[in-house]
Parts: sequence; structure tokens; C-alpha cells
Amino acid sequence: MTRYVVHRVAGMLLVLFLVCLFTYIIFFVLSPDPAVQICGKNCTPDRIDQIRANLGLDQPFLTQFLQFLQGLFVGRDYGSGASVVHCPAPCLGYSFQTSQIVTDMIMQRLPVTAVVAIGAAVLWLLAGVIGGLISAVREGKFADRFIAGLTLGGMSIPNYVLALALQYVFVVKLQWLPFPQAVPFADDPAQWFLNFILPWTVLAIGYASSYTRLTRANVLDTLGENFVRTAKAKGLRPDLVWRRHALRPALTPIVTIAGMDFAGLLGGALITETVFGINGVGKLAADSITKNDQPVIMAVTLLAAFFVVVGNMAVDLLYSAIDPRVRVGMGT
Amino acid sequence: MSLLSVRDLTVRFGSSAPPVVDGIGFSVPAGGALGIVGESGSGKSMTSLAIMGLLPPGASRTGTVFFDGQELTALSERKMREVRGNRIAMVFQDPLSSLNPYYTVGTQIAEAYRSHRSGVGRRAARQVAIEAMERVHIKEAGRRVDDYPHQFSGGMRQRVMIAMALSTEPELIIADEPTTALDVTVQAQILDLLAEVRRDTGAALILITHDLAVVSEVADNVVVMRHGNVVETGSTEQIFSDPREAYTQALLDAVPRIDDEIASLRSLGGDL
Repeated sequence: MTRYVVHRVAGMLLVLFLVCLFTYIIFFVLSPDPAVQICGKNCTPDRIDQIRANLGLDQPFLTQFLQFLQGLFVGRDYGSGASVVHCPAPCLGYSFQTSQIVTDMIMQRLPVTAVVAIGAAVLWLLAGVIGGLISAVREGKFADRFIAGLTLGGMSIPNYVLALALQYVFVVKLQWLPFPQAVPFADDPAQWFLNFILPWTVLAIGYASSYTRLTRANVLDTLGENFVRTAKAKGLRPDLVWRRHALRPALTPIVTIAGMDFAGLLGGALITETVFGINGVGKLAADSITKNDQPVIMAVTLLAAFFVVVGNMAVDLLYSAIDPRVRVGMGT
Repeated sequence: MSLLSVRDLTVRFGSSAPPVVDGIGFSVPAGGALGIVGESGSGKSMTSLAIMGLLPPGASRTGTVFFDGQELTALSERKMREVRGNRIAMVFQDPLSSLNPYYTVGTQIAEAYRSHRSGVGRRAARQVAIEAMERVHIKEAGRRVDDYPHQFSGGMRQRVMIAMALSTEPELIIADEPTTALDVTVQAQILDLLAEVRRDTGAALILITHDLAVVSEVADNVVVMRHGNVVETGSTEQIFSDPREAYTQALLDAVPRIDDEIASLRSLGGDL
């Protein structure tokens, strides 16, 4: 088991390194010179050179990349002489636009993104599993078909359409929900909560639709398993047959997929956050892309990759805890 | 007085399709052993599921099944559950897929026992599971009780299934192709075990198989089925030495013999 974990962690670090390398190549080598952008209209070649030197952009690519890695792990210094600025680890550089430390910018926004992701995950898991169970129990009946129709719609409609439509209906027309205002939780918990209802719903609908289908298919598959017949032949009560022998095998894969989807969302829900004006990682990504703020784009990409990789590993370890067949290091 | 008596049992899928089991009847005395043989598709497995009231969705049965003077076909689902796994237990064909991969074998054996004995604690049920495993000759039962099905070999898994069946001391065990998924060498061990269980517990046995050799070893009486009908019924001795029906003879001829002079295997003709 320990060997397995070590193995997985090593693989995870390799993946993250490669993601670092490729994002670095894409953003720092292939995109337009950031120094020119920062310099603005009244620019002189001397000024550009100075900016490039300050940002370390005058160095060869490999040096830049190694400095970036150094910043990540031990921190780094920008500039030279008296104007030196220290960026502590994990240093993702400074924003070209606001000169803030990128790590701080992300840390400020991560909690909001986490709230969005957690709320959405709770909603879609509940809706998906319950919807899937109803569909499976009422297979072929009206409820099943009705839910199938809903899920088809839920999976087809793009998030930005859904987000705008819901906002228009519930905030503008019906005014059931207040216009979103950024308030800290401590100041006005009610307003804070109401702000998140639509984003949670929008994010959850797509996932809930596919989870409904997955749950339905898994439950129906499991009900056809021989061990379910064995459980019935034992004379078990139907609720026990369901709970122990049908639901556990059917829902296990769903829990693990939910883990991965959730991890993916921690990297920021770009469209939803932007539409609802939520100041999370996703909106930060969208803003920095429009402003070509490369260190921030780079950081957000890395963060998303980090969560996906960690989420994947967590799910694998979780799976081996839930399913005895994939328990590692056990003889047969 | 027979323990189980099946009369005019018919199973069909939908109302217009021809029945898969067509008005068959047979009986098993207490402690007796009946072999039901036939090709695949002859309706043997549907017969066993119909007795247990476990037919798949879409299938319906008519006719009567009497068990120990009770008409099973008239029992409510709740009453029927008290019979299933308690007074009539089943052993299925493929022991790997018939055991739930998520639970230890001990849990699964104990589950059968606990659902039929009120007020049995976890620990007592576990002890029953260990004893049942010992009775089917699983070595180190006290340790293996906590193992999962995938950690057992095919033959051992079938022993677990048999342990599960006998843990509640049923009066009838229905074994549906219990050796078909197993290696030839293991098949004989499982048959010996079934015979031993029957001898020791006095439980009656219905052995469903396509394999005449299996029947000849274990059963007292044989029912030959084809196309959902009973072709011939008789004592094992009579069926093997003096079959009355041409089909039974053909079935016997299809069994390869080591001293046979023919070069090729005989088939039953292609109706399936």
C-alpha cells in the first residue's frame, strides 16, 4: 500500500511538472511580449528593456523556467540592486496588470470558488442520485421518461444560456432572488446564501443530469447481477436487498466520479462565475485572459491541473478503500 | 408424503409466447435427491426459480407447488421470504458472480442466517458462518471468514455458497448447475460435498444439470426435461439402464465414453 502511494505521488509530481512546462512554453514563449503591453503608449526601447530585465524576461527560456520553478518551491527575488522585491514560496510571480502577488490573488478567491463547488456538488449529487433511483425503480414508466427528458435538456443547454435565463427569470422578472451583491458571509448571511443559489443551480444541472443517467444505468445493471438474485434467494427483505446488494455496488462508481468532477470545479467555474459576477478563481481566469495577464493565467491553469491530479489520486485511494477487489497489496 | 410436490407448473413470458415450462409435475420425498436433466433451454432453471418465486420480471407462473403441506404458490411474498433461504436454499451456477464482491463471505453467510433467526447478534452469526464453512471443509475457516469472494478459488467459492445454503438448516437445497462453472477435478469434490451435506443434515436435494454423469452420482430419481416438458421420470438406475423414451436414450448416447468405439461425438440434433 505504501509503495502504491509513493508510486502515485511520484506520477502525480511528474504530471504537474509537465503541465508547468507546457503552460510555461505556451504563455511565455508563444504569446506577445508582455513588456510591450506593460509599457503602454509612451514607450521607449530603453523602458521596454528595463521592464524585461525586471521581470526576468531577458533571460534565456530555460533560465526563466528554472527561476519559475525555484519561485514555486523556495521563492525568488525580482529586480536587482536596491529595488529588489522578494516573492515568497509558492511564488507564481506578479500580475502584470495589478502588480499583486499572484499567489495572494488566488488565495483570496479560492474560498469563494470552493463555496461554489461544494454547494453545486451537494446539489448535483442529491438530485442525480435521487433522480437516478426514481428512474431505475420506475423503469419505462412515466416518471422514468419524464426524468429522461429533463436530463436530456439539462445536458444539452449550455451553462451561459442557463445562467442568463435563470437570472433573467428569477432576479429580473419574478424578483424572487435579490440582485447579487458581494457581501461577506458574516455581514449578511441571508444575502450571501441567496447570492449563491443560482450559481449552484446552474452548475449542478449539467452534472445532475449525467449523474441521473449514470445512477439509473448502474442501479439497473446491478439489479440484474447474480448476487442480487442470491440475496433474494436468501429470503432477505427487499429493503436490505436494495441497500446492501444493489445500492452499494451501484453508487460506488458515482461517488468516485463525483470526487473528480468536484476537484475539477475547484479550478474555477469560468462561465458561471463570470455571468454571476462571483469573484472566484474562474472569474480571475476569465479576467486575466482578456487582459493577457500571463502570470495569472499560468497560475490558474496550474491550480486547476493541481486539483485534477490530486482529486484523481484521492479518488483512486478512496476507491481502494471502498471496493475490496481493488485493495492494493492484498494477496488472493 | 413428499416434501415437495410440483403440479402442472407452467411458466411463460407474456401471454402469447409459448410457455418455457409447460405443465410439468414431479415430487421429492423428504431427504430424497432428484436430478433434473435437460439441454440448455429445456426449462430446468426456470422450474427452480418458479418454485422459489424468483422468476425474472415479465415471467408468470401457474400451477401449484406444495412444500411440506404448504401451498407455496398461494403464499404472500412476506410468507414466501420466510421459506426462501430458510427452508429451501439455493446454490447457483457461477459462484463468483453469485457472491457480492463488496462483502466478506462471512458477512454473506451470516446475513442468510440472521435474516431468518430473530435476535441473533453479529458475533453469534459470525460463529454460525465459521461453523458452516468448516462443515464444507474450508480450511482455516476462522480466518477465511473475513476474506472477500475474489480471494477464494472457484471451488472454494462454491463451498461458500453451499455453506450459506446449509447455515439455516434447510429441508431442501436446490442446486442449479452447481458444478458447471468449475474445473472437472473440482466438480467431483463439490458433488461429494453435496452428497455429504445431504447425508449429514437429512436435507432433500434437487440437482439441476445438463450433465448426466453428475446426476448418476448424486440423484435417486431423475426427471428428464425437453422444451419445457417432462419427457421421462424414473429412478436413476432405471433411467440409465433402461430408458423408455428415445430422447433419453439420445441424451445418454451423447455422453462420451472412454471405451466408445465411435470417432466423433454424437449430437442431439439441432433444435436449439
